[in-house]
Amino acid sequence: MTTMTKFDQPIKAPTFRDVSTARKIKNNVATGLFTLCFLIALIPLGWVLGMVIANGFEAILSLDWWQNSQKGILPDQSGGGVYHAIYGTIVQSAVAAVIAVPLGIMAAIYLIEYGTGRFAKVTTFMVDILAGIPSIVAALFVFALWIATLGFPQSSFAVALALVLLMLPVVVRNTEEMLKLVPDELREASYALGIPKWKTIVKVVIPTALPGMISGILLALARVMGETAPVLVLVGYSKSINMNIFDGNMASLPLLIYQELANAEDAGRQRVWGAALTLILLIALLYLAAAGVNKFLMRNR
Amino acid sequence: MMSINPGVASAGSTSGASLRKDGDPASMSSEPNKSPLSPQGGGHGRRAEQVFKSLAVAAAAIIVGSIALIALFLLIRAVPSLGADQVNFFTSTEFNTGDADNLRFGIRDLFMVTVLSSAFALIIAVPIGVGIALFLTRYAPKQLARPFSMLTDLLAAVPSIVYGLWGLLVLAPYLKPIQHFLNDNLGWFFLFADGNVSIAGGGTIFTAGIVLAVMILPIITSVAREVFALTPTAHIEAAQALGATKWEVVRMTVLPYGRSGVIAGSMLGLGRALGETIAVLLILKTSADAGGWSLFDGGFTFASKIASAAAEFSAPLPTGAYIAAGFVLFVLTFVVNALARFVAGGKVNG
Repeated sequence: MTTMTKFDQPIKAPTFRDVSTARKIKNNVATGLFTLCFLIALIPLGWVLGMVIANGFEAILSLDWWQNSQKGILPDQSGGGVYHAIYGTIVQSAVAAVIAVPLGIMAAIYLIEYGTGRFAKVTTFMVDILAGIPSIVAALFVFALWIATLGFPQSSFAVALALVLLMLPVVVRNTEEMLKLVPDELREASYALGIPKWKTIVKVVIPTALPGMISGILLALARVMGETAPVLVLVGYSKSINMNIFDGNMASLPLLIYQELANAEDAGRQRVWGAALTLILLIALLYLAAAGVNKFLMRNR
Repeated sequence: MMSINPGVASAGSTSGASLRKDGDPASMSSEPNKSPLSPQGGGHGRRAEQVFKSLAVAAAAIIVGSIALIALFLLIRAVPSLGADQVNFFTSTEFNTGDADNLRFGIRDLFMVTVLSSAFALIIAVPIGVGIALFLTRYAPKQLARPFSMLTDLLAAVPSIVYGLWGLLVLAPYLKPIQHFLNDNLGWFFLFADGNVSIAGGGTIFTAGIVLAVMILPIITSVAREVFALTPTAHIEAAQALGATKWEVVRMTVLPYGRSGVIAGSMLGLGRALGETIAVLLILKTSADAGGWSLFDGGFTFASKIASAAAEFSAPLPTGAYIAAGFVLFVLTFVVNALARFVAGGKVNG
């Protein structure tokens, strides 16, 4: 009889046991929390963009907004445009790019193609440090060197110099990443043909990496475009257009926003939101261009 | 290599023949497989090579030099003002540069506001950033992970002055009840004690910290995402083979593996928060009294103090006072970023 009951039960405990309820709950809670974190991050993004679009679209709809400056417009008067500020924003970041891009690309070429030993390590470290420099410190440095020590006047060019410092590490890092992606076989094939190293870099490596480099440069431009600290320190605000980057006050979109915030009138508030939306549109345009360059040029390969 | 890739080899031999005609036999005689990284050119080629290489080295030297120059010139401009300072630079809460003959400036209050707002931002942003990174690398469906990642990266694309507008005009009123609640119920704790600005005004370190948290979220997320994605598959599969649930896999393999990356990302975020200028300048209300380490204080951070006075930079001595504050900020961010790199044991991208 006793042997019979033994047959009812498994001889040993089952190999696989179900996951206990406590562990299941923990697992589900964790999944929920991580998803929640992601959703939380979307709130400010949607909120900020929605706010700027909702408040700013009225101002930018008029043609005047894109074609006129604020010359002769009183603080409580609506109307006028931000043409002068758009010009300033674009010119300042373009001048910065003209200096920062060749410098950054050459530095990245040094790090990837030539750099060995101590100096390369120091350079990588300094690029990291430069990436962490606050924009206000970069602005103060340009002030201390360019304006206080060398005696140049406040100007857009000084702003551009500060933007160079902010743009350089972004360009260097991005170019480095893109150069790393170029397969060594391409370089070796070129060397095998007897092409000198510098020509290999210029004619083989860089063309291969070019789409990624261009889109990286566009993103770097987008990053410095919204910088406010350098324009606050290094150039004054002007209500009318100033084409000269070496002298005189020049408006830019962030500076215009900052100036108009001090204006309590409704017209001022409208200009603030309009300028914020214009700035975001400019940056969005650069992002789209970067994505487009990546997609279009990559497909042609 | 030649035998593996006959196409390259044959192409090489044909154009190599034409090269030989140009009177450049040196390049063909050197074995490409032996020293593929330093092929020898002719005399002309070697000079071009030298020029190109020196250009690259010069560009790198300019970057290294610029950091040294930043430190040097900030110091040069700051030292005379520090000498003329009538109060202790590190312990005074005053910052009065109106009278060039009687400069009284100290960084105690600036330091407090800077550190408190950045630390508060970090405390909010790190857990959320890690959560987002885990969601994007381990939980989100594969096809959606990329677009979702781009969405979080977009947070970094918004200019800081727009975040400032948001914090000042839109977010602050929403945070008022939360701040009142914390102040009323937890006021005995120094962080939530009555500050030197009114909560009703909204311009507190609390508000600024939350905006800063949003601003540094994308950096923390992208660094954490990078390291989490690098977790060795073998570790994950081993945990799964032991019957671990998804959360247990994350806790046992992904999180320990990514710990240094998370710390490094947080340091980068901290560096960004310490130096944030315009958003903080717009949000924080000024106060005549010194702060007392409460989240409901107002005041200036290093960066916002400098920016607030930017229009008055004319006389060298008062300006030097702000440059001295800027130098302290430079040293702070330098240390934080160097630490981030040290913790990560190499390069970190932020």
